[in-house]
Amino acid sequence: MTDYSKEAVQRLYEIAESIYDQIDDGKVPKMVIPLRTKSNIRFDPKHSVWKYGPAKGARTAKKTQGALMLLRTMYVMELIEDMIKESKSSTLREMYYISEGWGKGKFHSQDESNLLAEDLEIVTGLMREDFKLRPEENGASVFGNITIQETDRKGKSKRINCMDDVGDSGYGIPYNVESDKVKLLETGADFIIAIETGGMFDRLVENGFAEDFNSVLVHLKGQPARSTRRFVKRVNEELKLPVVVFTDGDPWSFRIFASVAYGAIKTAHISEFLATPTAEYVGITASDIENYKLPTDKLTDRDTKALEAELKDPRFNDEFWRNEIELMLKLNKKAEQQALAKYGLDYVTDKYLPEKLGEMGALR
Amino acid sequence: MLAYPPLGCTYTKGVSLSMTSMAEQLAKKQKEISVSEFFERNRQILGFDSPTKALLMAVKEAVDNSLDACEEAGILPDISVKLEKVDDKEFKMTVEDNGPGIVPTMIPNVFGRLLFGSRFHAIRQSRGQQGIGISATVMYGQITTGKPSRITSKTEKDKPAAVKLIMINTKHNTPDVVGPAPPNDYVMWDEKEHGTRVEINLNGRYIASKQSVYEYLRQTAIVNPHTNISFVDPDGNSSTFTRAWDKLPPPTKEIRPHPEGLELGTLMNLGRATRVKNLKEFLKTDFCRISDRLAKEIVERSGLRETAKTTQMDLDQYKALLGAMQSAKYLPPPTDCLSPIGEALIRKGLKNVLDDMRPEFYSPPVTRSPRVYSGNPFQAEVGIVYGGNLPADQPVTILRFANRVPLLYQQGACVLTKSVESVDWRRYGLEQRGGSGIPFGPAIIMVHVASTKVPFTSEAKEAVASIPEIQGEIELALRECGRRLKVHLNKKDTKVRTKAKFEIVQEILPLIAEKSAKIVKKPVPPLSGTITKIMNVVWVDDSVTYEKKRHRVKVDIYNYTPKQTRFNLHAVVPASSIELLRAEPRPVEVKEDGKITWELRPIRSTEKFTVAFELEGLEPELYDENELYASGIDPSMIIGADPLPGDWDVARLKVTEMQAEPAAPAEEEEEEVDYDEQTEALNDD
Repeated sequence: MTDYSKEAVQRLYEIAESIYDQIDDGKVPKMVIPLRTKSNIRFDPKHSVWKYGPAKGARTAKKTQGALMLLRTMYVMELIEDMIKESKSSTLREMYYISEGWGKGKFHSQDESNLLAEDLEIVTGLMREDFKLRPEENGASVFGNITIQETDRKGKSKRINCMDDVGDSGYGIPYNVESDKVKLLETGADFIIAIETGGMFDRLVENGFAEDFNSVLVHLKGQPARSTRRFVKRVNEELKLPVVVFTDGDPWSFRIFASVAYGAIKTAHISEFLATPTAEYVGITASDIENYKLPTDKLTDRDTKALEAELKDPRFNDEFWRNEIELMLKLNKKAEQQALAKYGLDYVTDKYLPEKLGEMGALR
Repeated sequence: MLAYPPLGCTYTKGVSLSMTSMAEQLAKKQKEISVSEFFERNRQILGFDSPTKALLMAVKEAVDNSLDACEEAGILPDISVKLEKVDDKEFKMTVEDNGPGIVPTMIPNVFGRLLFGSRFHAIRQSRGQQGIGISATVMYGQITTGKPSRITSKTEKDKPAAVKLIMINTKHNTPDVVGPAPPNDYVMWDEKEHGTRVEINLNGRYIASKQSVYEYLRQTAIVNPHTNISFVDPDGNSSTFTRAWDKLPPPTKEIRPHPEGLELGTLMNLGRATRVKNLKEFLKTDFCRISDRLAKEIVERSGLRETAKTTQMDLDQYKALLGAMQSAKYLPPPTDCLSPIGEALIRKGLKNVLDDMRPEFYSPPVTRSPRVYSGNPFQAEVGIVYGGNLPADQPVTILRFANRVPLLYQQGACVLTKSVESVDWRRYGLEQRGGSGIPFGPAIIMVHVASTKVPFTSEAKEAVASIPEIQGEIELALRECGRRLKVHLNKKDTKVRTKAKFEIVQEILPLIAEKSAKIVKKPVPPLSGTITKIMNVVWVDDSVTYEKKRHRVKVDIYNYTPKQTRFNLHAVVPASSIELLRAEPRPVEVKEDGKITWELRPIRSTEKFTVAFELEGLEPELYDENELYASGIDPSMIIGADPLPGDWDVARLKVTEMQAEPAAPAEEEEEEVDYDEQTEALNDD
């Protein structure tokens, strides 16, 4: 058993012991967990990311939902202990299905089981990988002049240049990107451009943006998985590449940027591992909609609500974002990255990105 | 002249047309225009203003008459209604009853003469009042189809039934018997010992809707649970509303006018028509609630002489008399002239007809004590049906009844509706914007007004006029019934909430304890401390089941408090001739009026104790929810049994509005945010 595993078993034991002792003392058993809400994230100046604040909530057996979550916690801890003992691991989805056999403790949705896994991370200060739980989703693709060394499942090391050694779809980021699995060796690129949609990623690959602008393209695949964010973070820190983020122009894309740069609310307990505070937003901004006269869609009610919520989100509380969000509300319009194709397929690489990146001083 | 004709013939009886006031005035008009013309112009007054309505009115008049006749004769009514299509417009209506029948010589007058009938002057509750309805229907049929109405009536077993084809001579308002010629004017009618069949051809239109013949009969069945009604519609579909109660409503008695609220014209008419010739005797004999002493007092106060002849008094003298009568105080009128449906039978009637909606709750109906408006006794009754398949997102259905007759038209103009609208139903668990208007929710509200004289807004008897006294009484009844509904809803709500906690302590907590013990490799810890902290209450969980003609009642008492508890449990069961069986443990007291008391033995913390008993001889629907009370325990410490009302030993229990909400279990912890009740979505996308 590794040290991490020992520690995981020990921490989980402590939680079970605390529940046991509370019942033994005739108390209503509870677990105290930091509140995972928008109002309870604080800027951590040390890491320049947003982390959970001091507000705590109690998961207690007083209410049905709380009692059920405590019961599930017991089942999950039992499962983890067994997996550690037998050197097995399971995906979060598998855990959701394993719970079919837990009677009353069965999860009603995978959201519930994912949240519980995160709760355990928060309470123990460990990562879900330490609990032998892994996400089923892979990270997305990387294309650009960066060389890594990946240790495969048979323990063999492979040196991969993410431009020369891969096809047009790029290098697939594995779910574990810690240094025991992926070593970052060297890069000849000047910056990383993280892209929301696959269509735009492919457009930039096809147009030779990685070569022409000496950049590393990372496909975020919508709201990026932990491993994608972790990979970007490591490249930024270890290989000193600046990061820019290029998304659609709508409220949900703003949140994608926030989770890359500031830290997601859901994973604020590990923001310092996942967020890249120096990442910058390229667009599409609300101003771009006006300046480039982009084809647009009307905001839906959900969009409007999301924008209004962002105005109350401390992470967006700066002049740039306030202006952009308010402008978007005023225009009542949103635009996709691919709307740039209005001016031709090369417009994004010939005109838009050079202009925008130039303004930001990202191009050398 | 007879002011109060004796009750002779039991059908729409009556003796002479040499009546008083209104009839005479109308008769005078009838000289100027023909009755037929008058009727043509005034169809809407009588309710025959559209083909759809005409058909409904015809059925209503015939059925009302049949019900009145059966009840007066003490016969449980069996009524069948059949509508057949003759052509595009014309229908043939056949209504048949098992009433006492009508002697052949009276048939022409009953069916062929407008304004013929004695109920107009009888002060007692009945469906028909003016003697217009059935003859108006005959007239309507005659006008629209040119055909006579056919009446078959049998008064005695072993006798043939008389058959008459009736038309109305519209010029003279007299009946013409236009057939059949002897010997066909008598037929054998063997299926019935006695009864009347009315066949009328008339123009109309049949629709299936809220205001249909079917709906009318359905609602009639609700308020007349002693009646069997069968119906065949024009398409040949038949339906039956089966009798739910085999006792007739007690017969209503005729009473003399009550002096309160009397009007001058009425007083003068009475004075001129009286058989006694002096004032004091007139007061004593022609009114109710005027004693010799009171008569003397009134005469003195009026400044008249006791021996004054009422037939010769002038207007001023009558005014003085009325003034004196109005300043006196009277006992309320006797109430045996009224026939309320009664709480038990309202429930039975509603259940019998509405059970296919699977309502979750029949609020115990309310029958108010009789009151008086303008000298007329009246009584308000209310029933509420809630939940089940009733639509929750629509205005409630209001079923209006006057003297056991459904009112289907003019809902908005009716004081019964207005009363419903002016109650704040939000307090009783229904939705209502701004606290007035027709409430929304899965409910049917039934309102019945019984009176010797229902103040209809028109002769069509479609809506009851806004009389403040009546509205006030209905509102009181609605509120009381509403409170009973609210008590039920509260109880249900408490049950749901408590059920959740019950699941925690009974199922989830033991599993948590077991699992955590397994992980830490220690014995499973005792749960009682935690359980009592989560619940901290005595929980009473009761149920009623009906099988093998018995109601089985089970009351489980869980002491979820940290201490031993001991209290008395009380139950109220219907008093009427019930056998209490197999009560375990034995109650210490079983009273005549259905109150049962147990002195329970001490129940230890986290212990469960069960009280069970069975009732025999009770209709299934008369007992479906237990009425449980507890005494000798802090009411905030017990859920599922209300505190014993103060009047437990004094009178019949009344449901009080005050329902002790269980105090939240005392928690030692500070207010803390519930982690699992954060509703904010954590996902950023």
